[in-house]
Amino acid sequence: MGVRLSTFIEGHKAEAVLAPLFKLLEAVFELLVPLAVASLIDVGIANGDIPYILRMALLMVVLALVGLASSVTAQYFSARAATGFAEKMKSALFCHIQSLSEKDRDEIGTSTLITRLTSDATLVQNGINMFLRLAMRSPFVVVGAAVMAFTVDSTLAWIFVIIIPLLSIIVALIMRVTIPMYRKVQNALDSIARRTRDSLNGSRVLRAFCRTADEEKAFREDAEAMYSLQMASGRISSLLNPLTYAAVNGAVAAIIWFGRERFGMSLIEVGAIVALVNYMNQILVELVKLANLIVTISRAVASGKRIQAIFDKEPSMQDGTFSDKADGEAAVSFDSASLAYADGEPSLSSVTLTVRKGEKIGIIGGTGSGKTTMVNMIPRFYDATAGSVSVFGRDVRTWSLASLRSLIGVVPQKAILLKGTVRDNMLVARPDASDKEIEEALEMACAYQFVMEKGGLGFQIEQRGQNLSGGQRQRLTIARALLRRPDILILDDSTSALDFQTEARIRRSIASIEGSTLFVVSQRVSSVMGMDKIVVLDKGHAVGIGTHEELMRSCPVYQEICHSQTGGAR
Amino acid sequence: MKASEYRRTVSQMLSYTRGMKGYLALSLLMALLSVLSTLLFPMLTGAAIDAIAAMDGRSFIASVALMGVAAVLTALFQFVMNIANNRLSYSASREMRKDIFHQIGRLPLSYLDSHPHGDIVSRMISDVDQVADGLLLGFTQLFTGVMTIAGTIICMFTVSWQVAIVVILTTPLSFFAASFIAKRTFTFFYRQSESKGEQTAFVDEMVSAAHTAAAFGMEGRNSVRFDEINSRWAANSLLATFFSSLTNPVTRFVNSLVYVAVALAGGIAAASGLMTVGALSCILVYASQYAKPFNEISGVVTEFQNAVASAERIFLFLREEQESDDSSLPALVHKDGEVTFSGISFAYPGARLLIDGFSLSVHPSMKVAIVGPTGAGKTTMINLLMRFYDPLSGTILVDGQDYLGCTRDSLRSCFAMVLQDTWLKSGTIRENLLVGNPAADDGMLMDALRECHLDGYILSLEHGLDEYISDDSEAISAGQKQLLSIARAMLAEPEMLILDEATSSVDTRTEILIQQAFDSLMKGRTSFIIAHRLSTIRNADLILVMKDGSIIESGSHDELMAAGGFYCNLYNSQFSR
Repeated sequence: MGVRLSTFIEGHKAEAVLAPLFKLLEAVFELLVPLAVASLIDVGIANGDIPYILRMALLMVVLALVGLASSVTAQYFSARAATGFAEKMKSALFCHIQSLSEKDRDEIGTSTLITRLTSDATLVQNGINMFLRLAMRSPFVVVGAAVMAFTVDSTLAWIFVIIIPLLSIIVALIMRVTIPMYRKVQNALDSIARRTRDSLNGSRVLRAFCRTADEEKAFREDAEAMYSLQMASGRISSLLNPLTYAAVNGAVAAIIWFGRERFGMSLIEVGAIVALVNYMNQILVELVKLANLIVTISRAVASGKRIQAIFDKEPSMQDGTFSDKADGEAAVSFDSASLAYADGEPSLSSVTLTVRKGEKIGIIGGTGSGKTTMVNMIPRFYDATAGSVSVFGRDVRTWSLASLRSLIGVVPQKAILLKGTVRDNMLVARPDASDKEIEEALEMACAYQFVMEKGGLGFQIEQRGQNLSGGQRQRLTIARALLRRPDILILDDSTSALDFQTEARIRRSIASIEGSTLFVVSQRVSSVMGMDKIVVLDKGHAVGIGTHEELMRSCPVYQEICHSQTGGAR
Repeated sequence: MKASEYRRTVSQMLSYTRGMKGYLALSLLMALLSVLSTLLFPMLTGAAIDAIAAMDGRSFIASVALMGVAAVLTALFQFVMNIANNRLSYSASREMRKDIFHQIGRLPLSYLDSHPHGDIVSRMISDVDQVADGLLLGFTQLFTGVMTIAGTIICMFTVSWQVAIVVILTTPLSFFAASFIAKRTFTFFYRQSESKGEQTAFVDEMVSAAHTAAAFGMEGRNSVRFDEINSRWAANSLLATFFSSLTNPVTRFVNSLVYVAVALAGGIAAASGLMTVGALSCILVYASQYAKPFNEISGVVTEFQNAVASAERIFLFLREEQESDDSSLPALVHKDGEVTFSGISFAYPGARLLIDGFSLSVHPSMKVAIVGPTGAGKTTMINLLMRFYDPLSGTILVDGQDYLGCTRDSLRSCFAMVLQDTWLKSGTIRENLLVGNPAADDGMLMDALRECHLDGYILSLEHGLDEYISDDSEAISAGQKQLLSIARAMLAEPEMLILDEATSSVDTRTEILIQQAFDSLMKGRTSFIIAHRLSTIRNADLILVMKDGSIIESGSHDELMAAGGFYCNLYNSQFSR
């Protein structure tokens, strides 16, 4: 079980209590006004005492002012409590999402995380706000009316005792039926969000294949489906008002019906019947307000459950505690490490390899052979499903993730840059780096020149690096990793968009870094042939480990790869 | 926001219910009927009580029976009205979503490339939700409120027309107070929506870049940044929520003052014998009853600001300039794949001129390779050829027809494209392949997969072609994603082919195998290829060497090698250690 949503009220408890209290106070002052009017009439007018009338009028103004003040205070506290709650919840949710592993996030999906952080969070916020404003007032008025009824006529007042549970049952039933329906509506919103993101991120492909119309059609179907769900839940919640109205007016009829019998037996005055009817009507007025509240709260509960589900998703990865390297020569060792993303064939099967500090390792193999999987286990993006991976003498699962990853510079296959300046993007790797250090890193990654041509470190990069070419993006991500001066540098096929000359230059400048343990994943033999060791992967198995020369002698897969690249040219 | 803009937004918002006049009328009628029967009920109660006092059994039973009928009818009217209101607001929001989606498909890529996608998602999700809520609240409360006011005014006139006039004259006071607050809340609501958009954009970016974030231990910094946006949102949200909730207490206060004034004036009049006590109490009852719906309406008006603020963000997006309308243009007639670039100049918005006066003739079934250092403008050529961006000047003739004078779809359907940045939609593998050719059957899909050497992989998946994949997923490798997008392009069976680093993430052995498939696909088709592995383009008919947006060398492989220039250097560098 993750964090309970209710804990986010922590720090706003005072507001959450004060808001309904002041709301109650307002109701009390409202009730005093008729008394003032009564004495204005009974005393002031009866005695023709104009100064008294003026005093009473002044008292009413004061009552109105005090009522206004308590109402404003109540609204302020409830707004604060609701907003504060939502702020804390969102912040915790964002942190929690970050603490999830990639596997967890893959399972949940990006779009639904976005809708839960936005739409659902708003619904919860609204629910709390409305709840604090009305939740105490309404039961107070309803129960108060029933109590007053007993002072009038204790027999007929039993009608109140019957009707209040009946109303509660109606409300509870409708909430019970609609909450799962509202949840479905929010789920439908997830697919709306997903399609929208797809249409934005895939705009080039969809346009190239002239599929925008098809996507639009599919979207329209989703929108219709969501509409049907909204209408279905709306139909049920639309019953609330009419049902409560009918129930309360039925009770009014009952009061009159039984009132007549008691009147016949001279047990009750007509005035008392009128009073009872009035109390019943007060309940009705309050219930009309409550009906909106019920819908808001039901939606909030549905959305709250969706958010809770994310909190309940325990990170499948537990953070370790070690923050320093153990003694020894090994930088990274794979000990029969296997990884399967889902049930089925593992992407990496029982790989064993020990890499000494400062060693340079090449990883090569066919598409889907497990190259990325293998290097992803070093910074513990994924855990081994069997066997283990150790970094600097410690099992990665015992490292604190932050310490482990701070030793490693990764250049992922997909060159991801963030919206912001070149400098911002570089500082991601090391927030305290100076401009000079950034420029050195750019120089090493052959990115200095184009960055300067574009206007220097202040050049604004669009989301996903949209305004840079693929090769430029790759060079910036390489520079970013280099800036970190990592103990272990991982280049995951990160020069695929570079021409050979640039790649060779970068390779040379990386080779010149002393002491760094290097992993290079590549499709190109030329990128790995100079490495101390080359791992050849085939369908998740390490089919050869050794130097270029050794593998050329002993590993048929490697020979084939080499042959495919040099072709007739060599 | 100016009053005229505000009115425009509101009327545009309401125009979404235009096609639903029937439901609008139904909702109004039901509101009227339920208000009438609600007002009728107390009268029936009164009659029944009178009958008790008068011990008139017959009229008592009649009154109680009528009460039952009125209660059931009112419930029914309310229910029908609720349904009609649901239909009005949910279909309006549904149509808005459709329009936003349509707009995404119509906006030029220059817009989509430069605007945070998360913010657009936020308009689609949060802002439309807000509008739906506002409309529902508006329809529900406004109609009944207006009807109740009308009913009460009529009742008041029947009792005392003088008092009625006094009360009517004082009501602008509460409206004035409400509009004073409403104007201010609009700004807060707008800012709240904006910061929500900013927040969504940040979450979208960070969740998409989770890999990078984890690699660089950005979690802590991201949280700080998120909290910063979050607290800005919270500040705006607090202001919006609080100020909008002021309307009700404030208008109620104003009404209390009116009530006091009536009580004071009436009291003095009664004390001076100008008015009976009974008349005064009657006036007071109506004065307070009359004020109630006004309170409710003014409350709705402020809450409604939230919907208008969100609607404004939606309509701003819908008003963004679309790509020029091409529906009246003829379709490009596909012939044999001849392409002529004439005098093309191009610059990305706000950037320096990248391509200046580019001309080139490509004959049918020619294989054209574009090589050059990164950032030379190779991908830009593709952007222009596919009309993702329009040239600043010059044009491209496809099969002898000016491509600016044809529909974009007919132009794009000449080509099948595989891009450097693979993109897969969230869906099954089958759905992704059908993007290339919706008419393909499973046999054709498996054929294409076989050609791309993915058949073994697909068959090893638990659900085969129905396996769910998404662009964000790490479970499918980059090379496999690329192979899938190649299979997708092969299924399209195009006249021409564009391959932009199509096999950059694919291993070289598979690449060679796919090359054969490409070669057979390209036979008789014009093709444009961008590649760094120069071995894959050696047999191109024409190799263009681009640098800084212009072509510095062109010719066949042998010609360029003989010339010993830039290309020759580039080619030889592949084999240097």
